Amino acid sequence: METFIIISLVKAGLVAFVLLTLAAYLVWIERKVLAHIQLRVGPYRVGPHGLLQPLSDLIKLVTKEGVIPANVNTFFYLLAPFIAVALSLISISVVPFGTQIDVLGVKTYMQLTDVNVGVLVILAISAVSVYAVALGGWASNNKYALLGGLRSSAQMISYELPMSLAIASPLLMANTLSLREIAESQAGFYFGFIPKWYIFQGPMPQMIAFLIFLIAAFAETNRVPFDLPEAENELVAGFHTEYSSTCFAAFFTAEYVNMVTISALGTHLFLGGWNPVFPEPIASFVPVLVHAGAGLILLYHGTQTVSTRTWDRYTFPLFGLVALGVAGVFSLPLLPVPEPLLSIGKALHPIFWFGAKVGSILFLFIWIRGTLPRFRFDQLMRFAWLFLFPLSVLHLLVTGLLVALN
Amino acid sequence: MDAFLFFLFAAIAVACGINLVLQTHPISSALSLIGVMGSLAVLYLLLGAEFMAAAQLIVYAGAIMVLFIFVIMLLNAGAERSKSTSLLAKALGIPALLAFLGVIGFLIQALLPNTELVKFGAFTGGTAQAIGRKLFTEYLLPFEVTSVLILIAILGAVVLARKEI
Repeated sequence: METFIIISLVKAGLVAFVLLTLAAYLVWIERKVLAHIQLRVGPYRVGPHGLLQPLSDLIKLVTKEGVIPANVNTFFYLLAPFIAVALSLISISVVPFGTQIDVLGVKTYMQLTDVNVGVLVILAISAVSVYAVALGGWASNNKYALLGGLRSSAQMISYELPMSLAIASPLLMANTLSLREIAESQAGFYFGFIPKWYIFQGPMPQMIAFLIFLIAAFAETNRVPFDLPEAENELVAGFHTEYSSTCFAAFFTAEYVNMVTISALGTHLFLGGWNPVFPEPIASFVPVLVHAGAGLILLYHGTQTVSTRTWDRYTFPLFGLVALGVAGVFSLPLLPVPEPLLSIGKALHPIFWFGAKVGSILFLFIWIRGTLPRFRFDQLMRFAWLFLFPLSVLHLLVTGLLVALN
Repeated sequence: MDAFLFFLFAAIAVACGINLVLQTHPISSALSLIGVMGSLAVLYLLLGAEFMAAAQLIVYAGAIMVLFIFVIMLLNAGAERSKSTSLLAKALGIPALLAFLGVIGFLIQALLPNTELVKFGAFTGGTAQAIGRKLFTEYLLPFEVTSVLILIAILGAVVLARKEI
């Protein structure tokens, strides 16, 4: 009992820390990628290549004055950001990050808790998190905030339907609701090279369901092209217009944590969880090669410095060495090393594949933000109800029929 | 641990229920109702009925109450003014309520068959598979009748909301 509590506490602290850091750096990555799409350099001044920008943003947000406007309902006004960030952190607790590990004799899954209805828990929490946005918009006592909140609730309710239906079809094929079992059921390859993920797996490839899921995920997380709740040219900043300081930071964090959670959900349901892209002998070398290659490229660029960026002479080789070190850690299972090192190396490979897939979906989120303009609200609703919803029902029916025939 | 969690969330459920009645603002009442549903979901989870817990959150807290809140916000309903109630109603109401609760409690105790004590975590019939099997074999007819009833309600709502077709 005591070991269980201690392990759970350690895992919870670790997951919360990693997740919040990841969310902070996701903002940095987003700003960088958007900047490069628009031929700028993005954050560059704070730390090498702006790497300390999240920290400076955090300090700025926390130390600013938290304004509570007059005539707002203070209780609900403060409750809304709290709900937002709490719910976004709860839902990650059912997401597994890797297989069972065995560190110093303690066997544990890389997951906070394995509820046997994990997918439904995530859906339930994403359904409840509408309240944060709706309450925040309403309690601010501001017409733009209210409009943003109302838009957001309408949008999230509408896109929940196609998303749930899209999620249902891989569940039919997996015959379980536990995310860990879903990921485990996608191991293996067709003809030795096509991975048996649900996006490729028979009897019915889930490509359409994955696309519906992605579209609905963009709408659920209020991202471009569905960011109407905070459309800045119409609604100032939507539901968080009146929020400042830490309360604003809470909404901001919640949005990025939700992005990570929904990408992890998509990875588990459609992209095979932590199962590698390539069959086994190649798969073990990929993380090593990727990091070693990155390290060597950075080392090479360290020698080719531009006169205007003198710091690159030091930072590029440093990053290169870090990447080479990571490559060394990933090569542990390939080398004859003693026991604790071997199992650590083996535990890291699933995390690499999982992280790579989640990262690809997150990159897609950012890429689309840099590419597509915003929808109009009536287009958004018509798209959800007249196109996405019938399509997802049809897809679910066909999948169900094929699974039953099999 | 289990007992502590049970009493904690049971207390939260009751407190939210009382708060629901006492609050004058519709949003506060609606949020208290969500609190009741959330703590009920946690109680289901403690019992091992995980599917029920998730369904409770998705259907009640996630769909129905969002609609309530949505409507309250659209109408921008303000706080109700409390009407002056007579002293007699207060003096008689609270004892009558207690008596009513006592009778209900007694009837439930007396009428229910002797059930086994539920042990936390011992119940395994709460998975999605178990519920689905029960729903589509043993309780198929009630399930279908309820589905048709809900369908009729939806059609009625559509007809009422749409003035001209």
